[in-house]
Amino acid sequence: MSRDRVLATIRASLGCSEPEDEERVAAVERRLAAPLRHLIPACASRPHSERVGQFTRSLREQSAAVIEAAAPGRIPEAIARYLGEAGLPLRLKLGADPFLAALPWQETPALERLQGPAGPGDAVALSSAGAGVAETGTLVLLSGRDNPTSLAFLPETHIIAVAEAAIVGALEDAFDLVRARLGRGAMPRSLNLVSGPSRTGDIGGRIVLGAHGPRRLAVIVYKTDEGAVGAP
Amino acid sequence: MTQRMLDFEASARAALADASLQRALAGLPGGLVAERAAAKARLPEFEALRDAARDIRDHTLRNLDLYLKAFERRAAASGSRVHFASTAAEARDAILAICRAANATLIAKGKSMVSEEIGLNSHLEAAGAEVVETDLGEYLVQLRGERPSHIIAPAIHIDQAQAAADFRRRHTHLAQDRRLEEAPDLVAEARAILREKFLAADVGITGVNFLIAETGAAVIVTNEGNGDLVALLPKVHIVVASIEKVVPTLEDAATLIRLLARSGTGQDMTAYTTFLAGPKRDGDPDGPEACHVVIVDNGRAALLGSEFREVLRCIRCGACMNHCPVYNAVGGHAYNSVYAGPIGAVLTPALIGLGEARDLPNASSFCGRCEEVCPVKIPLPKLMRSWREVDFARREAPLAARAALEAWAFCAKRPRLYHLATRLAVLALKMAARGRGAFGSFPLARGWTRHRDFPAPQGRTFHELWAKTKRGASA
Repeated sequence: MSRDRVLATIRASLGCSEPEDEERVAAVERRLAAPLRHLIPACASRPHSERVGQFTRSLREQSAAVIEAAAPGRIPEAIARYLGEAGLPLRLKLGADPFLAALPWQETPALERLQGPAGPGDAVALSSAGAGVAETGTLVLLSGRDNPTSLAFLPETHIIAVAEAAIVGALEDAFDLVRARLGRGAMPRSLNLVSGPSRTGDIGGRIVLGAHGPRRLAVIVYKTDEGAVGAP
Repeated sequence: MTQRMLDFEASARAALADASLQRALAGLPGGLVAERAAAKARLPEFEALRDAARDIRDHTLRNLDLYLKAFERRAAASGSRVHFASTAAEARDAILAICRAANATLIAKGKSMVSEEIGLNSHLEAAGAEVVETDLGEYLVQLRGERPSHIIAPAIHIDQAQAAADFRRRHTHLAQDRRLEEAPDLVAEARAILREKFLAADVGITGVNFLIAETGAAVIVTNEGNGDLVALLPKVHIVVASIEKVVPTLEDAATLIRLLARSGTGQDMTAYTTFLAGPKRDGDPDGPEACHVVIVDNGRAALLGSEFREVLRCIRCGACMNHCPVYNAVGGHAYNSVYAGPIGAVLTPALIGLGEARDLPNASSFCGRCEEVCPVKIPLPKLMRSWREVDFARREAPLAARAALEAWAFCAKRPRLYHLATRLAVLALKMAARGRGAFGSFPLARGWTRHRDFPAPQGRTFHELWAKTKRGASA
């Protein structure tokens, strides 16, 4: 059987003993059970007060638009204004996410909403991020019943809402949030780290946006009354 | 003596004379070198992270069997089917069997070097399937019937005008007089064509950057988002991974991700980094119905026990190619191998045999930049030297090269003879120069003197000067 052959060749190359060296197995199990944090760069461990600016700056450098909203209730009007100013259709595709569903959409009657995964005809999609990472200007999207992954890749314009309080310093902090939410070792089917619109440099080395995924990424950073995650 | 299949010298000469290739190489990969330098300057911890990354890779390789088993267990728990293949043929057959079971006629592919290595596309095509590469560079290369010439920029050898000509030649259903003047025109055309393929494909096949033992997830890093669409839209998703792609935990992946894009393109992070764990779950509105992970050995497990094991640390960033003066001069195709540049010079002899790839470890000036920039500190020059030693010991190298090396070794091991020989050579050259400081041309070195003068010795050997000036300090 191929599996046994591959593993046996590896063991022979490594000079592994038979029977198995129990200490070696235990060391691996320990590392898997209690992941080792390596060096976290200083830029990934700034205080929360600096993180938001760092996050928005990084995103803008990556050609994303960043919009600040004073409260979750202001998200619909921020979206309507962004789409209007960009001359984009006032029609959104979004999942059944309860946070997004509870927003005061009645205040922006011109903004049409359709629920479900994205199809080829959808021009604009809205997602809610589980976290933001200040270090690299990265949004963390968790797939699930209420959060279709296709929203992030099929439409030409993707809008992502993220709570200011959910902006962490390092990628490792975001992983800890996922573990806290789903349990150790568990993952959503798809965990998507998004750090800008789709791009390519494959034609003559020039960067062009919108290779296969969205040409435009707009990030709405909204304030909440809750304290920041991991705020000092 | 084995027949040498890969004649680097001949293809390098052709590459140097290829004007359009030289035009394409002029801006890149040099541009990527500058981007990397800027990214490194923004991250003061860069060097310390390289040490951490090397340690992560070494720890994983030392326990590779255990981490593969842990990955297999957790991937199965999230609904993926894990297959092992010890040879390229087994891997091709396993993937073809999955495609057949899915009645696949159209297969969309994300970037995968190991699929190039195992010759996957032609195998699937021979079985009647249409296979479409979706990474824009890979798509271009596929249109031209070529292979990628760079790990992360497969079409780096093609300039924009050539790409436009290829599109006109191959996209015959579109108006011949359409506008293809600017890069965005070409990207828009490819986007529209490939979008149809994503939506219609029965099976999606992607490579992978990392497999995470802790969670059973496969990590795909892209800028275009093509890997995500390939993994998301077709009913069946197949991940092809070589055995060394596994890392223990998310934290280990985080450190490697910090170095991957910075080393390759100079980005702090690529647009998309995606962790995929299995097929669609209950209630999920999208995602594939089945997921397979095919883990391919193809000679790597044996390599793990050899002096070349460090090459398995590689995370495929392409920095060694971008910084290599040989790669910059001749491009990737001159290597006649799936993997080009310094990493290819070390990996290829291990994969296809030294007899066929003998030229590649010699295609280096040993300047050492590849090792300096490698995010996981692979001692590439040392490993190339080791291949040269193996080659010499096997007595398979061409007779003239072997005789010259043996003559040099004979002298080098006899210091008096060596000093006498160099003294005589230096005197002879001084006399031949007749007071001029340099030679305009030199027998047996015309290739060298065509572009520069050969300096004439002034009468004393290096050893004499060294002794006279007290160990090289200026007199």
